[in-house]
Amino acid sequence: MSDGSAAFAVSTGEPIAKAVTARPPARRLPTEEAPWVRRLLIGLAVGFLGLFLLLPLVTVFMEAFRKGAGAFLAAFADPAAVDAVLLTLLVAAIAVPANLVFGVAAAWAIAKFDFRGKAFLVTLIDLPFSVSPVVAGLVYVLLYASHGLFGGLLQSAGIQIIFALPGLVMATIFVTFPFIARELIPLMEELGNADEEAALTLGASGFRMFWTVTLPNVKWALLYGVLLCNARAMGEFGAVSVVSGHIRGYTNTMPLHIEILYNEYQFVAAFAVASLLAALALVTLGIKSWLEHRYAGDLAAGHRH
Amino acid sequence: MRRSKLLGLFAAALIAGPLALAAPAQAVTLTNVSYDPTREFYEAYNKAFAAHWKAETGEDITIRASHGGSGKQARAVIDGLPADVVTLALESDINAIVERTGKIPADWRGKLPHNSAPYTSTIVFLVRKGNPKGIHDWGDLVKDGVEVITPNPKTSGGARWNYLAAWAWAAGQYGGDEAKIRDYITTLFRHVPVLDTGARGSTVTFAQRELGDVLLAWENEAFLALDEFGADNFDIVVPPQSILAEPPVAVVEANAKANGTERQARAYLEYLYSAEGQTLAARYHYRPSEPKLVDPELLKTIPELKLVSIDDPLFGGWAKAQPYHFGDGGVFDQIYKPAQ
Repeated sequence: MSDGSAAFAVSTGEPIAKAVTARPPARRLPTEEAPWVRRLLIGLAVGFLGLFLLLPLVTVFMEAFRKGAGAFLAAFADPAAVDAVLLTLLVAAIAVPANLVFGVAAAWAIAKFDFRGKAFLVTLIDLPFSVSPVVAGLVYVLLYASHGLFGGLLQSAGIQIIFALPGLVMATIFVTFPFIARELIPLMEELGNADEEAALTLGASGFRMFWTVTLPNVKWALLYGVLLCNARAMGEFGAVSVVSGHIRGYTNTMPLHIEILYNEYQFVAAFAVASLLAALALVTLGIKSWLEHRYAGDLAAGHRH
Repeated sequence: MRRSKLLGLFAAALIAGPLALAAPAQAVTLTNVSYDPTREFYEAYNKAFAAHWKAETGEDITIRASHGGSGKQARAVIDGLPADVVTLALESDINAIVERTGKIPADWRGKLPHNSAPYTSTIVFLVRKGNPKGIHDWGDLVKDGVEVITPNPKTSGGARWNYLAAWAWAAGQYGGDEAKIRDYITTLFRHVPVLDTGARGSTVTFAQRELGDVLLAWENEAFLALDEFGADNFDIVVPPQSILAEPPVAVVEANAKANGTERQARAYLEYLYSAEGQTLAARYHYRPSEPKLVDPELLKTIPELKLVSIDDPLFGGWAKAQPYHFGDGGVFDQIYKPAQ
């Protein structure tokens, strides 16, 4: 988004700038802010980002290495930490593909068809963004815990949902649901049905049409959505905390483990695990920027269609 | 090409997920759902018990632990957390599980010695080094400018003991005049700037975030804070009188039966009463129920003070005190208004 507006400013700004040089250079352009306004705005933005984003991030890594690399590594020698990392990866490995399928299906339904209640469906998809994760977790507890709506049924079948992996996965799917659908819907709406209709009239099967026409059109948006979804899935705390039960080595994900370590006065270990989460986030950001840079053409082409 | 790679990753994730699910540990696993300040004690005890059990039966045993505010933990067990044993802060928390699920038999208190309390504790004050506000007894907590840190009695077992200890002192001070006792408790909670949900949260608030002048803490939690944050930052003040806290333990029979761990669960709790269990309890600053099993040198670290029991006529046992003080609309609900 910021790239687009920058490009816009440059392309329209240059011809005017040339025209201006012909005139006496005394006065500022009417479209340009006074230098002090510009400096103030930039200063505010940089200061704010530094104070609220960069400084905490740096602190995480500083705290993690405060007692040296040995103490940092020792945090990951703890089997409970290893279990927490593996559990987090497992939860993400189930939740992200599930949301990939749901997200594509929902985006497809919304972008390609007209039906009653479509606006309602779009709003519904946004629900997890507006509902507090704690509420999301509690709702699952109300439904699936032993005294919940389906609790008795599940118990007699010997299925444990809350305080076990299924509950963690369900809570994670809930909070990460909009990420993929939200990326795809505007793009697919913009693309319209023309390509798909052409493919169908040329005799392609529905599946072939999806793989060779729709998917290539949306693949970058899809990947972008998957990245964001994954980052959130691994970092989710609130909803997961409610349904976890906090059993070490069993239902303790990385964010929950960080809280436990912190409460056990193991500050270095807590920040070591936190730094791993932060590193994951940075890698996600890196991949995202690289995708945008490397495939800017493709992304733009997708939008121009 | 690229698309097939993506597809491959997707497929791998789909396959890897269920596979990882289908690989449970072979050894017997016990889940101990406990309250906040027992983390360090049970971590040590779990190792000791696993070694003991291996030597005794040749069976490998893994003990999983979950810690949190006692009330919250009981709530989780009621909601279906598959605990084989519960080791909570309060009798009434275990009674809540009994009443709402029946997973623990109603006569659980008689199943183990000392009313199923293998160790006891009390409530003491943790103050900043040198005790700058001069806090020595419960009356000093409501002096002007004193900020008191305690967790929320609604969710924390330790906080209920804090509250009851204060009540017991006030009862003695005002000759049992309930209006005056309530006044004192009301004023006390007006001196509380934040109510954390669990005892550990409060300790971190006091010690790490440096909020407040005095922390009402479990005796063991206070000693632990000294160990963790350095004795040069804090002093423990033992008031002349406090409460006898009996944190009870019980096998969650229905869960243990379903998991096939009844034998192990029972042995796990019984071993708490052994010389090794009692010594570990003392080492982590609990008061052992069987002090004769413990090295007298170790016992010397435990301060002496007058302790009032919950079964004292003043409170009439948990069955009476719990609804009266902490139930919906109980005394605490009536007197507590968040500090401005």
